[in-house]
Amino acid sequence: MSNSTLYDKLWSSHQVRITAEGASVLYIDRHLVHEVTSPQAFEGLRMANRKPWRVDSVLATPDHNVPTTDRAKGIEETVARIQVETLDNNCDEFGLTEYKMDDPRQGIVHVVGPESGATLPGMTVVCGDSHTSTHGALGALSFGIGTSEVEHVLATQCLIQKKSKNMLVQVDGQLRSGVSAKDMALAIIGEIGTAGGTGYAIEFGGEAVRALSVEGRMTLCNMTIEAGARAGMVAVDEKTVEYVRGRTYAPKPDQWEQAKVAWADLHSDDGAEFDRTVIVDGAVIEPQVTWGTSPEMVLPVGGSIPRPEDEADSVKRGNIKRALAYMGLDGGQAITDIKLDKVFIGSCTNSRIEDLRDAAAVINGRKVAETVNQALVVPGSGLVKRQAEAEGLDKVFIEAGFEWREPGCSMCLAMNADRLGDGEHCASTSNRNFEGRQGQGGRTHLVSPAMAAVAAIAGHFVDVTQYIEAQAEGAE
Amino acid sequence: MDAFTTLDGLVVPIDRANVDTDAIIPKQFLKSVKRSGFGPNLFDEWRYTDVGEPDQDCSRRPVNPDFALNQSRFSGAQVLIARDNFGCGSSREHAVWALHDYGIRVVVAPSFADIFYNNCFKNGLLPFVLSVDEVDRIFNEIDVNEGYQLQVDLAAQHVTLPSGETMSFEIDNFRKECLLQGLDEIGLSLQHADAVSAYEAKRKQDAPWLFAS
Repeated sequence: MSNSTLYDKLWSSHQVRITAEGASVLYIDRHLVHEVTSPQAFEGLRMANRKPWRVDSVLATPDHNVPTTDRAKGIEETVARIQVETLDNNCDEFGLTEYKMDDPRQGIVHVVGPESGATLPGMTVVCGDSHTSTHGALGALSFGIGTSEVEHVLATQCLIQKKSKNMLVQVDGQLRSGVSAKDMALAIIGEIGTAGGTGYAIEFGGEAVRALSVEGRMTLCNMTIEAGARAGMVAVDEKTVEYVRGRTYAPKPDQWEQAKVAWADLHSDDGAEFDRTVIVDGAVIEPQVTWGTSPEMVLPVGGSIPRPEDEADSVKRGNIKRALAYMGLDGGQAITDIKLDKVFIGSCTNSRIEDLRDAAAVINGRKVAETVNQALVVPGSGLVKRQAEAEGLDKVFIEAGFEWREPGCSMCLAMNADRLGDGEHCASTSNRNFEGRQGQGGRTHLVSPAMAAVAAIAGHFVDVTQYIEAQAEGAE
Repeated sequence: MDAFTTLDGLVVPIDRANVDTDAIIPKQFLKSVKRSGFGPNLFDEWRYTDVGEPDQDCSRRPVNPDFALNQSRFSGAQVLIARDNFGCGSSREHAVWALHDYGIRVVVAPSFADIFYNNCFKNGLLPFVLSVDEVDRIFNEIDVNEGYQLQVDLAAQHVTLPSGETMSFEIDNFRKECLLQGLDEIGLSLQHADAVSAYEAKRKQDAPWLFAS
């Protein structure tokens, strides 16, 4: 095993058997469940008179539909309330652990998993949600599945899978101050495209990735699916081990040494061969802003929006034209000239404590611009919210004019009441800028938490690295 | 699950790349706890000019006449053809349920997003890849031929054009067999429950922290 990739190791260590047709049957260690993609799976179990194979592998929490305002009122919208109640009833009926809406540990499933230690190095982790790639940050094999597969995992603890190819994305050098894991993710997607990772599992490596905190690695792995790859991962190192230590579902003290030994092998071997390697210079990555309706339509904040007439390929030219028409933007316009109506700081990409610290740190007593109608901060979980409040971050946001909300997916996909109006431009720390994603007619610009915060204050995009440099000079 | 063997179906073109699952079935329709009834809201934001909400009577909504699904020449289509990276984004199987509920049984594109591709096979839908040039050619032929049909043969792994020419496609054996026979994958997997139990016992030794004590 001297030439295996991390993905190869995780794959082979979970292979239960190979079918007659050559497909792999993989054992699933952790199954995360939320209210949107599970009801039909539980119904399927009932109809076939089946039971969950291993109840202690499941952790559920409602996140997509939950209101981010006063929880005491419950969920006003009937269909949303029924969906959350259905999750509650299914978990109660089958004896599954659920952090319900009023539980202080409730939150976005991809924030709750690592935070509780429910996702750990070396695991296979699945969830009926494409951003399950997040958990690969811990050196796990984690990927999103559809509802039929949710049912399959519930019933059998396994999935029938075809192995992906191996891709290494190596980010060399050091990120500049003010440039984050989010910018790294967007820059990579800008380079390889939203289908660049299709058919691959991506391992992120290199100096700049090793320098990221574990939460930063979660942001990076979260966005892997936006590059087309179902799974993203980072090798286990000392930071991973320290991150996991002491969490609710982490190995107990008497199992800790055995776990550490097992995790020490969770990296690609020196002689590992990848089907594709992409090398990125981290030192030249600038803060990124998406201008179009696909995450690959992204530019450095200092850039100008492409002109369709400059694109030679007719399909691509059509895509640019359609995106500009939807976004209400003109070719040649500077990114910094885009005026913002709303700002959203949250989502499974960027709602962890470090994200909130990054955003709060650049506010510096200033106020949200009067031209911005609404600026939301939605913590990723009840525990993140509590931690932020202990640090006084809530006050920083509220005094600046942000709304401080309860945890959930919120305006990332607008299944609850938090959404964009027709034609509104939003600086958003979420992961998708598809047409209508944040509300019908809404115009999403994906950015990092610090970029969102300075944009809220300016009312348009500004380069956060210049602001940080100016602050540093002022302090000298 | 419905089996899929052969199909001779009218083709509807969606001339876009990166058609995402949010576009195929917008989020407000994901609140249903059922598997059926998504067809009227397939491509809701492109298909209608008003704001779609669950439980509307869609037959009374204003439609976008430029969108292919609203054009009578594509009425009753069972094959959908699109450009690169079809089905990207969210893992929502509702996207496949919506296509199926509408009547689509085959999706053709130069490339698919992995999760969407996988979800199709769980619902008796066949997605397959043709080259960029082949897809381009079919788009051009649809343009000038009303009633354009494709004959799809899964066992033979090829599609026959109206001209009689065939184009072949790849599909892995396991998925092909399941689709041809309409197999219940869970039932199939449970036939090997002993192998899972044996793996699990070993896993419990190697990584006891993964199991509740």
